[in-house]
Amino acid sequence: MYKYDFYDQQIVDERVVQYRDQVRRRLSDELSEDEFRMLRLQNGLYMQIHAYMLRIAVPYGMLSSAQMRMFAHIARKYDRGYGHFTTRQNIQFNWIKLEETPDILADLASVEMHGIQTSGNCIRNITSDEYAGVAADEIIDPRPYAEILRQWSTFHPEFAYLPRKFKIAINGATEDRAAIAVHDIGLSVLKNEQGEIGFRVLVGGGTARTPIVGSEICGFLPWQHVLTYIESIMRVYNQYGRRDNMYKSRIKILVKAIGIEEFRRQVEADWADIKDGPGTLTLEELNRVAAYFTAPAYESLPENDPAVALFKAENKAFANWLQRNVKPHKILGYAAVVLSLKKTDIAPGDASAEQMDVVADMADRFSFGELRVTHKQNLVLADVKQSDLIRLWEESTEHGMASPNIGLLTDVICCPGADFCTLAFARSIPLAKLIAERFDNLDFLHDIGEIELNISGCVNACGHNHIGNIGVIGVDKKDGGEWYQVSVGGAQGNDTAIGKIIGPSFNFQQMPEVIDRLLQVYVRERFEEELFIDTVRRIGMAPFKEYVYATPINTEGAIDKDAYGFINKPDNYTVQRKSRF
Amino acid sequence: MIIKNKAIVSDDWTILRLSENETPESITVPAGKMIVPLTVWQAQRDNLQARAELGVWLASHERPEELKGEVGKFDVIAVDFPKFGDGRGYSIAYNLRARLGYVGELRAIGDVLRDQMFYMQRVGFDSFAPRPDKNIHDALKGLTDFSEIYQISLDQKLPLFRRVKRDGIATAGSAND
Ligand code: HEM
Ligand code: SF4
Repeated sequence: MYKYDFYDQQIVDERVVQYRDQVRRRLSDELSEDEFRMLRLQNGLYMQIHAYMLRIAVPYGMLSSAQMRMFAHIARKYDRGYGHFTTRQNIQFNWIKLEETPDILADLASVEMHGIQTSGNCIRNITSDEYAGVAADEIIDPRPYAEILRQWSTFHPEFAYLPRKFKIAINGATEDRAAIAVHDIGLSVLKNEQGEIGFRVLVGGGTARTPIVGSEICGFLPWQHVLTYIESIMRVYNQYGRRDNMYKSRIKILVKAIGIEEFRRQVEADWADIKDGPGTLTLEELNRVAAYFTAPAYESLPENDPAVALFKAENKAFANWLQRNVKPHKILGYAAVVLSLKKTDIAPGDASAEQMDVVADMADRFSFGELRVTHKQNLVLADVKQSDLIRLWEESTEHGMASPNIGLLTDVICCPGADFCTLAFARSIPLAKLIAERFDNLDFLHDIGEIELNISGCVNACGHNHIGNIGVIGVDKKDGGEWYQVSVGGAQGNDTAIGKIIGPSFNFQQMPEVIDRLLQVYVRERFEEELFIDTVRRIGMAPFKEYVYATPINTEGAIDKDAYGFINKPDNYTVQRKSRF
Repeated sequence: MIIKNKAIVSDDWTILRLSENETPESITVPAGKMIVPLTVWQAQRDNLQARAELGVWLASHERPEELKGEVGKFDVIAVDFPKFGDGRGYSIAYNLRARLGYVGELRAIGDVLRDQMFYMQRVGFDSFAPRPDKNIHDALKGLTDFSEIYQISLDQKLPLFRRVKRDGIATAGSAND
């Protein structure tokens, strides 16, 4: 993976010095909270209900074991012993003290990490495919480009105070695993007929309040031009994106308002001036960066390990794990292994300091010291020998990271919700937990097969509900109660689609039954081997809607305790809501 | 006092702002070194052209192209930041310099604070009027927060990768093979 050179390190170190001084000035009131807010946000520091939250960038999801150990250290020293991996492949710590943040950032800088631009109205961490470099369907490894874009966007002077945040995702394989269609800019690598490499560029996708699938602004952009072309997109957006209304300020609203043709015209007019100029990427720089992402020292191995086949036949749990959590690798005899951070009694994406240390250790022993964070909030060891699978399974089972549920109903994407987030209308972590408890029968889960259940606590849709096959979102019915709207038919990847709401909202206790009824319709209607999403596409929403609302849903007798032990009374539960992030 | 070319200097320009009941046509521009709003310049071009010294300022929603072919007429052009979080002024400055060829003094006015000045100087501002309630000596420090930068902008025509020899690791293949 990429290693900082002198310049990268100097820039991050100087950022720590700058930020330390900003905190000092805030604490001495030289800076008002209003002035400091944007500065801390650009370092990933949010104010949440209980404490500060610090978001640390994991560029395109890649981590070294040393960096993972640093997370464990931060969790122990500055937090409550755990951290939370996010859908944008980053990590967040939830119980941070402002005074300690400069030290945390200094610790991070010592392992080539930072919180730069993980929040605020700027270009955020660039996300990518968690199987980059090892996927069999890869056209070009997107990580060198992601790293080059990371450097280009870091402290870009013109685009630090955009109308709103800006997210870029890049995918290099036939199958889109980076959700490029719901990003402000989505790039996918292509090879044209001459074998030249370039990008298909999508712009103006997004979820949140106004879910929109991105439009193609350029069908083939030769790779040399990626920096200048994005610069022009940013310049047009910076000037014309709305600033009067925070909910209409994303680039998608601008693109919709003027149309993709007009937007393209403006971008190309700006670009005409800088195209082929000194900002153009050079082959030398591309090769310098790409050299960090070359294949590790793979051994030549037989395709399969006989011990694995034997053990699989006698151990059902192992067989389930192989089926769900072990992914094909382009090199014979290797596999990519997903460590599940989805377990019934923990918040999706949470990992304890101990687990972090264990994972770092496993990465060193089994996967060349590297690991990845997935946008579904799990971890991946990307280069595991078949012959290490049994040991890896045993160790990850022992540490609660072997739930064989990758891609299944309980592999939910879930935002922090009302337990942490000041904007929430409803809780999401406890709901994920309640649903996981209801569907903890593995055979049933495996029978239902691949399905994406995504949960957000409010209209901002951080939990990707719009592109979940089943999407759940907390809504405000103005009665202080906790209500959820349900959608079906959303999808990410090559056939990205925005789900459709099935009807009136449900309360917390009703939700597991709602999910159950949706699944019953699927089981009744599916053809053999048909996935949930394909059944929805074939028969439409009507049968699901009809069945879910056919009879009242009973909610009595359920217990309600959230993931952190706070007991909530479902009947008079009111959500704490303050606008102070 | 303002910051100009990285030093604190005294300044005798006055920024003219329209009050609610004034219009660009009706306002009388006082004598002396005045920086007038773009709209006043456009409404009173004929009179103002004759002045020995003149400046103009743009609001963040105004377009620099409105000054196409005219930038050479001013001793100073200012860009107003109504709130420091309104980043349009950065692109206005960039366009004034890169597209309209303005080479004179380019001043940031309004909600101008230390922690944004490093970025401001990069997109072409060479003078700054920090918000009056802030200590200008502290503000000056903002210009030196970083000693290296990755990307091109107005101050730096070559990206880091074309300017310096960056360390890499040896490799046999190349990225796009
Ligand atoms: C608790 C602190 C958080 C707050 C206050 C917050 C706030 C927001 C807001 C206001 C939006 C809407 C943005 C817009 O419409 O322009 C948003 C979108 C989003 N957030 Fe969060 N968020 C939080 C945590 C998270 C976490 C933990 C994740 C990842 C697990 C996340 C991922 C996202 C994503 C993916 C989107 C929507 C995609 C898009 O940008 O269009 N957020 N968030
Ligand atoms: S979706 Fe809403 S509740 Fe959930 S984290 Fe985002 S802003 Fe908070």
